[in-house]
Amino acid sequence: MSLTQLNATELARSLRAREVSAREVVDAFLSRIESEDAHYKSFLTVDAEGARRDADAAQALLDNGKGGPLTGVPVALKDNISTNGLRTTCASKILDTYVPPFDAHVVERLHAAGCPVLGKTNLDEFAMGASCENSAYFPSRNPWDTDLVPGGSSGGSAAAVSAELAPLSLGSDTGGSIRQPASLCGIVGFKPTYGRVSRYGLVAFGSSLDQIGPMGRNVEDTALLAEAISGHDAMDSTSLPNAAISAAEVKQGTLKGKKFALPKELFADEIDAGVRECVELAIETLTREGAQFQEVSLPSIAYGVTTYYIIAPAEASSNLARFDGIRFGPRLEGEGHIGNVAETRGKLFGPEVKLRIMVGTYALSAGYYDAYYLRAQQVRALMAAEFEQSFQEFDAVLSPTSPVVAFPIGGLVDDPMQLKLIDFCTIPANMGGFPSISLPCGLSNDLPVGMLLTGPVMGDEKLLQTAYSVERGLGRDYRRPPIL
Amino acid sequence: MSEYVLSVGMEVHAELRTESKMFCRCPVAFGGMPNTRVCPVCLGLPGTLPVPNRAAVQMVLRTALALNCQVPAHSVFHRKNYFYPDLPKGYQVSQYGETNPIGYYGYLEIPKLDGTTKRIKIRRVHLEEDTGKLLHLPGGGSGVDYNRAGVPLMEIVTDFPPDIEDPDEAKEYLVQLRQTLLYLGVCDGKMEEGSLRCEPNISVRLAGAETYGTKTELKNLNSFRAVQLGCMFEKKRQSELLEGGSKVVQETRGWNEQTESSFLMRVKESEQDYRYFPDPDLIPMEFTPEQIEAERAALPELPLAKSTRYQKDLGLSPYDAGVLTADRAWAEFFESAIGQGGDAKQVCNWMNGDFAKLLNEAGETALTSGEATVGKTSKVRPGHIVELTKLIEAGTISGKIAKEVFGDMFTSGSMPSELVKSKGLTQISDPAEVLAVCEEVVRENAGQAEQYRAGKEGLFGFFVGQVMKKTQGRANPALVQESLKKALETQ
Ligand SMILES: [Zn+2]
Repeated sequence: MSLTQLNATELARSLRAREVSAREVVDAFLSRIESEDAHYKSFLTVDAEGARRDADAAQALLDNGKGGPLTGVPVALKDNISTNGLRTTCASKILDTYVPPFDAHVVERLHAAGCPVLGKTNLDEFAMGASCENSAYFPSRNPWDTDLVPGGSSGGSAAAVSAELAPLSLGSDTGGSIRQPASLCGIVGFKPTYGRVSRYGLVAFGSSLDQIGPMGRNVEDTALLAEAISGHDAMDSTSLPNAAISAAEVKQGTLKGKKFALPKELFADEIDAGVRECVELAIETLTREGAQFQEVSLPSIAYGVTTYYIIAPAEASSNLARFDGIRFGPRLEGEGHIGNVAETRGKLFGPEVKLRIMVGTYALSAGYYDAYYLRAQQVRALMAAEFEQSFQEFDAVLSPTSPVVAFPIGGLVDDPMQLKLIDFCTIPANMGGFPSISLPCGLSNDLPVGMLLTGPVMGDEKLLQTAYSVERGLGRDYRRPPIL
Repeated sequence: MSEYVLSVGMEVHAELRTESKMFCRCPVAFGGMPNTRVCPVCLGLPGTLPVPNRAAVQMVLRTALALNCQVPAHSVFHRKNYFYPDLPKGYQVSQYGETNPIGYYGYLEIPKLDGTTKRIKIRRVHLEEDTGKLLHLPGGGSGVDYNRAGVPLMEIVTDFPPDIEDPDEAKEYLVQLRQTLLYLGVCDGKMEEGSLRCEPNISVRLAGAETYGTKTELKNLNSFRAVQLGCMFEKKRQSELLEGGSKVVQETRGWNEQTESSFLMRVKESEQDYRYFPDPDLIPMEFTPEQIEAERAALPELPLAKSTRYQKDLGLSPYDAGVLTADRAWAEFFESAIGQGGDAKQVCNWMNGDFAKLLNEAGETALTSGEATVGKTSKVRPGHIVELTKLIEAGTISGKIAKEVFGDMFTSGSMPSELVKSKGLTQISDPAEVLAVCEEVVRENAGQAEQYRAGKEGLFGFFVGQVMKKTQGRANPALVQESLKKALETQ
């Protein structure tokens, strides 16, 4: 078995046992990326030199007995996470030449944990999309079937882990951008509680919703990466005081007596029948293992997508104002200052980004603010309250992650509304800042289906524990894409 | 010409005297090479986040309380969205809303010429970040200096309808506001460096008219005088427009210091939509009643209250009290001297007279306590002045000698009593000794004495001068008068 087939936990064990060196691990993944990524197009930038340098630093930690749980295990980063000296594009032409002079907080944490950074993965431009087709460079492909999308916006990060080009990756999740591609690629994706992972260095999309999170082949790997990147950061005012997530007890949980809420709104007609059946089958299995399920109603879920498509674009319209071609990135010349800005933004932003900037600008305009943005914030509060209420009684809210399995590249181009509804199940967690995790629960039409578990704010450890016992309860080993 | 009434609304921006910028750790300073005090945060690089400067928040809270404002329990930062090259993020972090700013619905009292005070209502005191500066490059083209971008800025806006009704009030409002900010230690008040910027909104209307006229906004006013002259100029310009049947156009006008006139900068076409919304990167500021009360209790006595007290309790003139209270350190020096037993009127005269003049010449400032810095802070302390006034009061030295002593102690820092002793400057107050000198002088100038006695009384001053010369000015002046008369008459 080749090194790249090992998951993060196994790699970390081999590294600690000196069965393999950090350099060997990094080289194995780099050479696999070089030979295989042409099929998946998951990376925008590969940093072989940096990864080898990081590997040497990791080896030094291991040699000095200072290695941690993931020392020497490489990670791929979504290309909206700033890396000092390494191009960070957000898959946008407007950042084509941008090289940040600083590392994102999570990158500093990865360095401290001894995790080499392999490179930067593809995404929908500025994380706006659910298929990776909005990348200004190229679409990424689903390792289960390269004619299909990997999901998005963290599609490159999901594809890289699924195709074994990286054992772990980081994504960002504003409305489901970690969990949905994880679901479509058959891996685990975790969005921590808002404020447990610093956003410093994450290029902002919807600041009140954005959260960086880990992706891996199983819950344990994912939990270890969450532990490595979480913690309070004084550079992020929204960082929580007790932000650190511990992975120490992730394997301690049991399904016996665990109570799950099943919102009927998330098992309704919007959900593809095959996906629903797959999740329901998994529920039956878990019931036999001692878990309890109860149907509930969380009516505000119906307004989730609408609310999301006001708040996220509104914040994005302001967050993306800084891309004016003055201080960084390419600049196109126009008539006067406003002309330069209009030319640069008009030509270098993609259509989806421009659409959302316009929607957001409209929603914040005088006279519309109360009707749209303010109202959306009220609905958001209502939705969060409904979920909080159910957490009084249940350990987690359970549903499918995505209403559909992976779909053909270009297949929904003419149906943008359908594409936006894909975030239907994942959006509530962003609205309430809840921790939420997607894990594989079976196949539909030979394609992976993800199960979504959402827990209360700060309940990350417990949610990971629950997810681990669900993974065990479903009783299957990690399922590789058939192509491998 | 019909009678027109002036209305002035004041918008003042004060850069706060914090060590670092509003949302990053870059230092706050004036001048220097462009873009040397910048970092990823204040350049607005993608992915950076703001962390509020607590000292700045506290300074605005202190100002809000000093200006008698209400303070909300929660105060939110908003984003003000617009594109301009000097605005790195495409939005300015500011504060919006009627009762959201750190301070709202307050007032500032200003003194009137007739000795009464007038209350100028203040609508809001809020915290925001400054922008960068556009520079025109020598070779053509333009650049942006972001050294100023992100410097904490406090905006203080008067209420509408405006209370300020003439140019003197406009100036006095600014004088009082600046002094207050200096007293609070929140702003250095340097209008010429732009750390205190004032933009009046000026309109006129026919006396008795109920509706307010169209206003113009005046910029580039970098002195009190400019504010006063600017308001006068606009009142005249607008009144003449209306009188001639024209209309006042809503526009922004600049002030030309040389020609003392305003010029058109830009016409306000339409109200710009800034799309304010709460900044999701920042959590609301919270102010507890305990915190507010503690801050209020720690406020210093403000200049106008101090001045009134000096007049009432110490019997000083409005002018003297005004000069003493114009600067907090100066008032502290004065109060320390009074505390050490100095006579208010005497101490005030010495401070506002010789001391102020010497400080000005030497470019030094007065220091009540602590170590003096050569060339920067004076060696003269309140104790020096108190001792000097006591020496005069006791008749040990004359006022004239005292001036000399002041000069010496300003340079050396020695106590006046030591200087008097070491230089033998003690006043000669023994009547016999003074009489002896007078008789000697009369003897030596027998001719003049003859003329004096013949009726040329103007010569008396000559004799006084001679006595003073002989005693190096130490003879008690009153005794000299008395003794000379005696000596001239008897010989
Ligand atoms: Zn800075």
